[in-house]
Amino acid sequence: MNRIESKNLQVYFGDNHILKGITTEIPKNTVTALIGPSGCGKSTFLRTLNRMNDLIPNFKKEGEVLLDGDDIYSPRLDVADLRKKVGMVFQKPNPFPKSIFENVAYGLKIHGHDDKEFIAQKVEESLKSAALWNEVEDKLDNSALGLSGGQQQRLCIARTIATNPEVILMDEPCSALDPISTTKIEDLIQKLKKEYTIIIVTHNMQQATRVSKYTSFFLHGEIVESNFTDKIFVEPKEQKTEDYITGRFG
Amino acid sequence: MQKKKKLVEYLIEKGLFITAIFSIVIILIIFIFIINEGIPAISEYGFLNFIFGMTWAPSDSQFGVFPMIIGSICVTLLSLLMAVPLSLLCAIFMAEVAPDSVRKVLKPVIETLSGIPSVVYGFFGLIVIVPLIREQFGGTGFSMFTASLILTVMVLPTIISVSQDAIRSVPSEYREASLGLGATNWQTIKNIIFPAALPGIITAIILGMGRAIGETLAVIMVAGNVPLIPGSIFDPLRTLTSNIALEMGYATGIHYSALFTTAIVLFIIIIVLLLVAHYFQKKYSMDAYGGHA
Repeated sequence: MNRIESKNLQVYFGDNHILKGITTEIPKNTVTALIGPSGCGKSTFLRTLNRMNDLIPNFKKEGEVLLDGDDIYSPRLDVADLRKKVGMVFQKPNPFPKSIFENVAYGLKIHGHDDKEFIAQKVEESLKSAALWNEVEDKLDNSALGLSGGQQQRLCIARTIATNPEVILMDEPCSALDPISTTKIEDLIQKLKKEYTIIIVTHNMQQATRVSKYTSFFLHGEIVESNFTDKIFVEPKEQKTEDYITGRFG
Repeated sequence: MQKKKKLVEYLIEKGLFITAIFSIVIILIIFIFIINEGIPAISEYGFLNFIFGMTWAPSDSQFGVFPMIIGSICVTLLSLLMAVPLSLLCAIFMAEVAPDSVRKVLKPVIETLSGIPSVVYGFFGLIVIVPLIREQFGGTGFSMFTASLILTVMVLPTIISVSQDAIRSVPSEYREASLGLGATNWQTIKNIIFPAALPGIITAIILGMGRAIGETLAVIMVAGNVPLIPGSIFDPLRTLTSNIALEMGYATGIHYSALFTTAIVLFIIIIVLLLVAHYFQKKYSMDAYGGHA
């Protein structure tokens, strides 16, 4: 079953036409990679899925985005609820200037949980799922800003999964990290895909082949090609896709 | 050519150094001058008698400034009590809620507020607020409450603009992270943005406090200036700065020196307040390694 569908999605920032008719389907409990050169609209598309683009003053969209069949831009829908269901991990690790514990507990608290035991248990679970627990269990009260970049990014993932999302959007989550941290995050993605639908934007083609089952290639605000990842990298149907993945431009 | 470049570098460096030193030297000179002029009164009357004395009667050689210390502190705290919540809400509105068009109107209006000379505020207080207080609450209308109301309006622009800048300089990553977790705008402001901006907001409050405790003219015009500890907020009072300004014109001898001692006391109070504020500023700013600094 498809978790997310977009139908002829057009996005404008003021006069800039960023997305030009994106029609695609993203299946449940898999990893889908979005690749393409800078400025091709892949991040914009990702941020359309949890309505982060709403924060940009002159954002305008046409077409539909459906999550489990429901229009996420419907006026009846509560944006905060949507973002709870569709979590996001950002390009630059962005933990709050709070303790490690408070970072993970934050999402639970804002959604009305105040049972301390429940929160503590959930924080531990989330840090374990994010493969960070062993490194931080004895310094949960320390500032999250004292962690390394890779740890901070895993903390951000823990923070996201603490609120039980169904979909996790990742916007180049490893671009600011070293190779070892990158490997850890990629392993984590492999683990998480059993429970979550993951959509990852990446500039790194090896990363797309390592972590994803499906890949969509974006160019100039359109999807050139979508297919199984092992198909798209081995025998692309479109010349432009082949040019990009073989490094002829981008 | 190379030599000339080096010379220019050298001159610029030294020039900057001299201008930086200049301001420090001026403060030092003023400080030394005040202490020097205040010493006769201290040695004759005793510093503790001066600080804790309850009576200010220069004609009887009584120089107790305790009522004015209380007066300065009361009027400053009461005005901050009114100004801080008001200006923080206004700053949050301007930085986080207001659309650009509203902000473009609001910002210059608030900046203009800080450009109005204090005599105008004092005059407005004298003509409008004093009679109003007299009618509503009895008494003469010259009171701690009247002075605090005027000071509140005077410190608003300072606290609003500085804390607004602090709020706007919170990295947008924090905002996105919070909203991305499904927090509402208000939850994000309350739990993330406000705490992150707190050190800057405390700076804003310190600046406002400095303005309130130092303001002289507007306070003289509406506070009644009786050198007694006020029993209620509707009683008149005299502040340390008022004391200096009111009597400077005719004071001679030890009376003259006592006014400088008043300035020393004010100096000490301001330094203590700055230290307290600095402590809180440190306490609420998180450093990168290990929680609270």
